[in-house]
Amino acid sequence: MNTTRPPLLDVDALIDDPDTRVLVCCGSGGVGKTTTAAALGLRAAERGRRVVVLTIDPARRLAQSLGLRELDNQPRPVQVDGFQPKGELHAMMLDMRRTFDDMVLAHAGRERAEQILANPFYQTVSSSFSGTQEYMAMEKLGQLVAGGEWDLVVVDTPPSRSALDFLDAPQRLSTVLDGRFIRLLSAPARAGGRGIRKIVGTGFSMFTRAVSTIVGGQLLQDASTFVQAFDSMFGGFRERAQKTYDLLRSPGTGFLVVAAAEPDALREASFFVERLGAEKMPLIGLVANRTHPVLAALPATRALAAADGLERAGEAPLATAVLRLHADRAAVADREKRLISRFTRAHPGVALVGVPALPADVHDLDGLREIGRRLAGE
Amino acid sequence: MSESAGWTEELTRSRLHVVTGKGGTGKTTVAAALALALATGGRRVLLVEVEGRQSIAQLFDRAPLPYSEERIASAPGGGEVRALAVDAEAALLEYLAMFYNLGFAGRTLRKAGAIEFATTLAPGLRDVLLTGKVKECVRRTLPTGRHEYDAVVLDAPPTGRVVKFLDVTRAMADLAKVGPIKTQSDGVVTLLHSGDTAVHIVSLLEEMPVRETLDAVAELDAADLRPGAVLVNRVRPPRLPAHSVTAAADGHVDADRVRDGVRAAGLDLSPEDVEGLVDETVEHAIRLQMEQRAKDKLAEADLPTLELPELADGVDVGALYELAELLVERGVR
Repeated sequence: MNTTRPPLLDVDALIDDPDTRVLVCCGSGGVGKTTTAAALGLRAAERGRRVVVLTIDPARRLAQSLGLRELDNQPRPVQVDGFQPKGELHAMMLDMRRTFDDMVLAHAGRERAEQILANPFYQTVSSSFSGTQEYMAMEKLGQLVAGGEWDLVVVDTPPSRSALDFLDAPQRLSTVLDGRFIRLLSAPARAGGRGIRKIVGTGFSMFTRAVSTIVGGQLLQDASTFVQAFDSMFGGFRERAQKTYDLLRSPGTGFLVVAAAEPDALREASFFVERLGAEKMPLIGLVANRTHPVLAALPATRALAAADGLERAGEAPLATAVLRLHADRAAVADREKRLISRFTRAHPGVALVGVPALPADVHDLDGLREIGRRLAGE
Repeated sequence: MSESAGWTEELTRSRLHVVTGKGGTGKTTVAAALALALATGGRRVLLVEVEGRQSIAQLFDRAPLPYSEERIASAPGGGEVRALAVDAEAALLEYLAMFYNLGFAGRTLRKAGAIEFATTLAPGLRDVLLTGKVKECVRRTLPTGRHEYDAVVLDAPPTGRVVKFLDVTRAMADLAKVGPIKTQSDGVVTLLHSGDTAVHIVSLLEEMPVRETLDAVAELDAADLRPGAVLVNRVRPPRLPAHSVTAAADGHVDADRVRDGVRAAGLDLSPEDVEGLVDETVEHAIRLQMEQRAKDKLAEADLPTLELPELADGVDVGALYELAELLVERGVR
């Protein structure tokens, strides 16, 4: 049915290459991004590189397997009995509030910084704004790269509802905070926003009134104070977001799109691959995660016919069960192959590696190491 | 299948069924199947999505839904399911239009990004608008006095965000304390915390989804929202008898018996293939053990639990009807 064979994604060549400096693992929620990032980091460290893994929101047991017990926003060496990699493995969990606070403290004078930190709108922005987490992940990534301390930074992207949010959120956030409306709504006289006023005409004052009625005048005032303080410090969010974009496009950065062999996850992966192309961001390939390839070359139909025969004869209950579970697995494997080949037909040039599922969840370095082996096709 | 109590009498009385679940559990699929099940036998059900993903349209293999209630499927026995993709911007304009005469300005403001701005500025506003629209659909009556919809199924945000989404009281803390939006949100709070609403959680028999399910139940309880049923999706049939699972998971599968058995069935497999079958059996057994642990853990939630099978061919419209039928068999009405 399918003749297109995608190029094989060579994970070892990738992580061994000293020019590979940043690996971004992206994909929709629940596909195993964090585990993939951790497994890649571990493998690279064991092959001699000095690695830091930046995770956003790891599952508790995965975090524990990396020795991460608390969210302290600093890379910590992974220390587990008997773990002596050729290189080094460090890991950290992102604390977005803390990253934001640090950014303010680093760039503003003490008094000004305190003013900003105490602003109620700042508290909303730094904890619950849509896009803050993505934005702070990028900020932290930028810091880790700028420090020059690491051979390789592996980053896991936030658990956004769709893979594309990760690229759009910082821009969206900065657009809002840099935006003309915030100036207009809070201080229309000063903002020199006559242009927009003209565009929207009389509807505008109505809108201003409506928005104030809904969100309250105080919030608008706080937002305005915040944006003005921020603006003078950093030359605006937009510029800062632009820098992170530039970093993502720079040589040495690569994107790995992680997807489960499920229609939704592969559809998201498709969008993401197209988007990376449009943004000229370097795609390394697709990790088709948690596949279920058969371990015996026996077609499902023959296995089922044989199982039915045995059952009728009332013989060999063990073999009957084994044949049935093989037939189940073969059906799943066929479906996964079909879905992946559909992706490959749409994106024939994209390198791909399938990572067979482990039968149980990953809780320790051994599990991560095994996933690393599977990623490398061993 | 060990089924604890299925759909309860109490759930039958719910009019708003909120469906959440960890990403990747099949939340939208289950929400759609639930809508079809509830519509079975001649009722009218509205299926609502709020995350702007057009998942319902994709699931039913349709063009993207406009911001209106469209008939999307017929249910067995003369029922129908309509679908609505609520858009926060459209909801805000609709809402403003009720209180202010925006006229054409509304459209211009939208183009200029003002609406996006307002809903981003106050993070709670988006949720208040979306839940407000849902409430309006639940409460809407026909001229005859009966409700337009017998039930509304909401494909809600995933477990990590759902309580925040439904906790309108908290969202309102950011917003104006008086005025029309306050009045409207009070109505939403009343509905969400009443016996008319149940929050169902879609889970899988895997560690992470189970953990998130239990966390969500605790959060819902703490916010005084009512957890409904746990819908366990993609359950695969156990093929090994329970008494042999432990040994098999430890690697004790008698390869000779497997080989002799398949040979008796007329299959001549290579030693490698027999070995492959044995390895598959060990993996299957390990998975069954993990699933049993997941079931035991889920039982801690002490909620009605309904299982849905994995569909080997994937989910298409036909599969939704199949799942709906299973839900009806398990008592959903």
